[in-house]
Amino acid sequence: MGSTTFAVPETKRPQNVDRSRIGWPLGFTIASVVIVIFYGFVLPFLVPDVRTFVQNWMPLNQINDALIWAMSALGLNIVVGYAGLLDLGYVAFWAVGGYTAAWLMSDFGFGQKVNFDVLGNPNAGTVGGIHLNIVMVFVAAMAVCALMGVIIGAPTLRLRSDYLALVTLGFGEIIPQVFKNGDEDGIGFNLSNGTVGIGPMDTVPALGINRGEVKFGNLGPFDHVGRFIIFSLLTALIIFISLRIRQGRLGRAWLAIREDELAASAMGVPLMRAKLAAYAVGAVAGAIGGVAFTMQLGQARPDPFTFSVSITLLAMVVLGGMGNVWGVLIGALFLAWFNSVGLPQMGNSINDTFGTHIEFPSFSFLIFGGALVLMMLFRREGLLPESRTRLVLHEGATGDSEAEEPDQELVDQADVIKSGEVK
Amino acid sequence: MAQTTAAAPSWPRARLNLSAYGERIAAYIVLSAVAVWLGANLLHSPSDFFSSIVFGLGNGALYALIALGYSLVYGIIELINFAHGDLFMLGTLLSVVVVTTIFGQTAMGAAGWLAFAAALVVVALFCASINVTIEFLAYRRLRHAPKLAPLITAVGMSFILQFVGLKWNGSGQKQSPSVLPTGHFEIGGVRVYTNMLVVLAVTIPILFLMTYIVTRTRAGKAMRATAQDPDAARLMGVNVNKIISFTFGVGGALAGIAGVMYQQVIGTTRYDLGLQLGLMAFTAAVLGGIGSLPGAVLGGLLIGVIQGLNEGVAYGAGQRWTQSVVFSILILFMVFKPAGLLGQSLREKV
Repeated sequence: MGSTTFAVPETKRPQNVDRSRIGWPLGFTIASVVIVIFYGFVLPFLVPDVRTFVQNWMPLNQINDALIWAMSALGLNIVVGYAGLLDLGYVAFWAVGGYTAAWLMSDFGFGQKVNFDVLGNPNAGTVGGIHLNIVMVFVAAMAVCALMGVIIGAPTLRLRSDYLALVTLGFGEIIPQVFKNGDEDGIGFNLSNGTVGIGPMDTVPALGINRGEVKFGNLGPFDHVGRFIIFSLLTALIIFISLRIRQGRLGRAWLAIREDELAASAMGVPLMRAKLAAYAVGAVAGAIGGVAFTMQLGQARPDPFTFSVSITLLAMVVLGGMGNVWGVLIGALFLAWFNSVGLPQMGNSINDTFGTHIEFPSFSFLIFGGALVLMMLFRREGLLPESRTRLVLHEGATGDSEAEEPDQELVDQADVIKSGEVK
Repeated sequence: MAQTTAAAPSWPRARLNLSAYGERIAAYIVLSAVAVWLGANLLHSPSDFFSSIVFGLGNGALYALIALGYSLVYGIIELINFAHGDLFMLGTLLSVVVVTTIFGQTAMGAAGWLAFAAALVVVALFCASINVTIEFLAYRRLRHAPKLAPLITAVGMSFILQFVGLKWNGSGQKQSPSVLPTGHFEIGGVRVYTNMLVVLAVTIPILFLMTYIVTRTRAGKAMRATAQDPDAARLMGVNVNKIISFTFGVGGALAGIAGVMYQQVIGTTRYDLGLQLGLMAFTAAVLGGIGSLPGAVLGGLLIGVIQGLNEGVAYGAGQRWTQSVVFSILILFMVFKPAGLLGQSLREKV
C-alpha cells in the first residue's frame, strides 16, 4: 500500500485481536449505558441519603472530568507508552486545543469586529465573534494540534531521549505563557485575552437527560448526562484509534523504536517519520482532551494549563502500565477520581471520624511523586502491564551480571577445543 | 536506550544535507537577529544596557551554582536530576530558618555576617545529605534500568520535595529580611548592587574550589574516570558508588549555597520556585554544554545576562516573558547545537 514496505513476515493474526474487536466496544457501551441510565433515570428518584452519598463520592461531573483526563492520558500513552518518547509538556496540546475551541466558538473574535457563523450555535444575545459547529471545532483543533506536534517534533525528535523530555517541557511552559501574556504581546494584537481568558463558550446542542426527561437541546452547565454521552463517545474513539494503530504497521514500528531504536532503524523503520506520527497522533488526542476540557469549563483560561497537568498525565500512564490501553484508561480514571473526589472525601471522613484537621488534598504532591518513584522502583511496568513491556523494562536489570558470569557459548567452545574434537 | 545522535539514517541523503544547510542558515539568522537587538539596545541607552548586564551577572552566578549541580550529575550518570531545583528551594527555606529564626538576624551587621556564614555551611550540608539520600534510595537501584525509569523517578522526587516545601512554608510566598548590605552605587552611570558583589565574592572562590577538586584531587580524578566509563573505573579500583554519592553531595551543597544567597538577595521564596529556577539553571547547563563544568558557569552567567537584558533594557520583552525567552534559547540550542558552547560533541553510550 504505502511507499515504504517493512520486512515483516506474514504472521497469524494474534488471538486477542478478534476478541477486542467485538468484546471491548460491547463492554464499553454497556458500562456507558448503565451510567447514563443510573444518573439520568434512577438517581434523581432515589432516597436523599443515597443521592447525597453518590453526589459526594461519585458525582457525574467528576466522571466527566475523569473521562477528559483519560482521553489525554491515552494520547500521551501513544507518545510515551507506544513510541517510548518521554513528553513532559503534553499540557501544551491541551492548551492549544482548548484555545482553538475558544477562538472558534465564542464571541471573542480576537478583539476584532468579526461576525462569522457556520452552523454554529451562538448564545442568546451574542453579537459578533466566530461561531463554528462543534464538530468543525474538534476537527480544527485536531488539525492545529497535529500540525503543532509536527512543528515541535521535526527539529527536536532526533535529540536523545532525556533532551527530548526537556525540550517538550520547555514547550509545555512556553505555550501556556504565550496564552497568559497573549493580550500584551507588544504588537497590539489580542491573542488570548490574557489572564481573564476567553468565554463564555457557545453551548453545544446535544441529547440531554435531566431527571428522567430526554430532550434534544443546548447543554446547560448542569446537563452532565449529555456531556457524559459526548465524552464517552470521544473516549471510545481514542481507545479505538489506540488499539487499531497498535496492531498496524505504524504501531509495530513504534514498539520497535521503543525497544531498540538502533535495531529498529537497521530493520528499515523510518525513525523520524514514525516518531513524528506518534507525536501527531498523540497531539490529536491531546486536542480532543483540550476541547472537551474547555467545553466542560465553559471558557478557556490560562491558569489550569500548568506543568502539574503534564505530570499528572504521566503518572496516569505510568501507574496504569505504559503501552497498555486498558491499564492507562483505568489508571487515568482512578487517579482523576482520586485527585478530585477520593482524596478530599476520604480526608473528610477521616477528619470526621478522628476529629483531626488534616488538609488531605495538599498531600496530592506527595502521593503523586511517591507513586511515580515507587512504581519506577518496584513495578516499572505499571499495575496492568503489557507482557511485552514487562520483558523490556526488566531486561536492563540483568545487564550488570553479564560480566560476572562467563559466556556459556564460549565455555562450550573452549570445552570442545580442549577435548580435541575440532576437526 | 540506544540512540543515534545524527539525523535519522533512513532519510534520503540529499534531504539530509538540505536540512543541514537550512539549519545552518537559520542559526545564522537567529544569531544576527540577536546581534541587531543587542546593538539597538546599546545605542538606545548604554547605561541601562550595562547596568542590566551587571545585574544579570549576579543572578547568573546563582544560576551557575545550580547549573554545576546538574552538570556534575549528568556528567557522571547521564541523569537529568529533576529534583535538583527543588533541593535549591529547600535550601532557601532552611536559610530563612537559620538566619532569621535561629540567629534572629534581620539586618546587616557583624552578627548578620556570622548568621550568613553559618547558613551557608548548614544549608550546604543539609542539601548535600538530602541529595545523597535520594541517590542512595532511588537512583542507585535504577542505574541499569532504561533511561526513562530514572528520569521519571527524578520527576517524582521533585514532587516529593515540593510537597516538603509546601508543608514547610505553605502555598504562599515567604518574605524574609536580608542580612546582606543593600543599596547600590554607580560607576560611570552603570548601577552596581552591593549584594550582588557579595554573591560574586562567595561564588567565585567556590568555582575555583570546584575546579581544584575536579582537576587536582584523587576524588576528582575518580569522578572523571567514572564519568568516562563506570565499569572500567571499577576495574581500576575506583569505588564507583562512593564517587557517585560524593558527586551528588557536592551538587547538593552547591544548590544549598545558591539557595542561601538567592534568599538573601531576592528575599522571597515559594514551594514551586525550584521548578522555574531549576529549569533556568538546566538551560544554563545545556547552553554551556552539559557535563562541562566551565560550560555550566559560562552558561549560567549568559542566562543571567540574558534575563537581565530582557527585563532591564528598553526593547526587552519584560519580566513576564523571561521564562519564554529562556526556554526558547534552550530549544534553539537543543536544535542547532546540542553539544552547547563548551561541550564535547555528544556520544551516546550504547
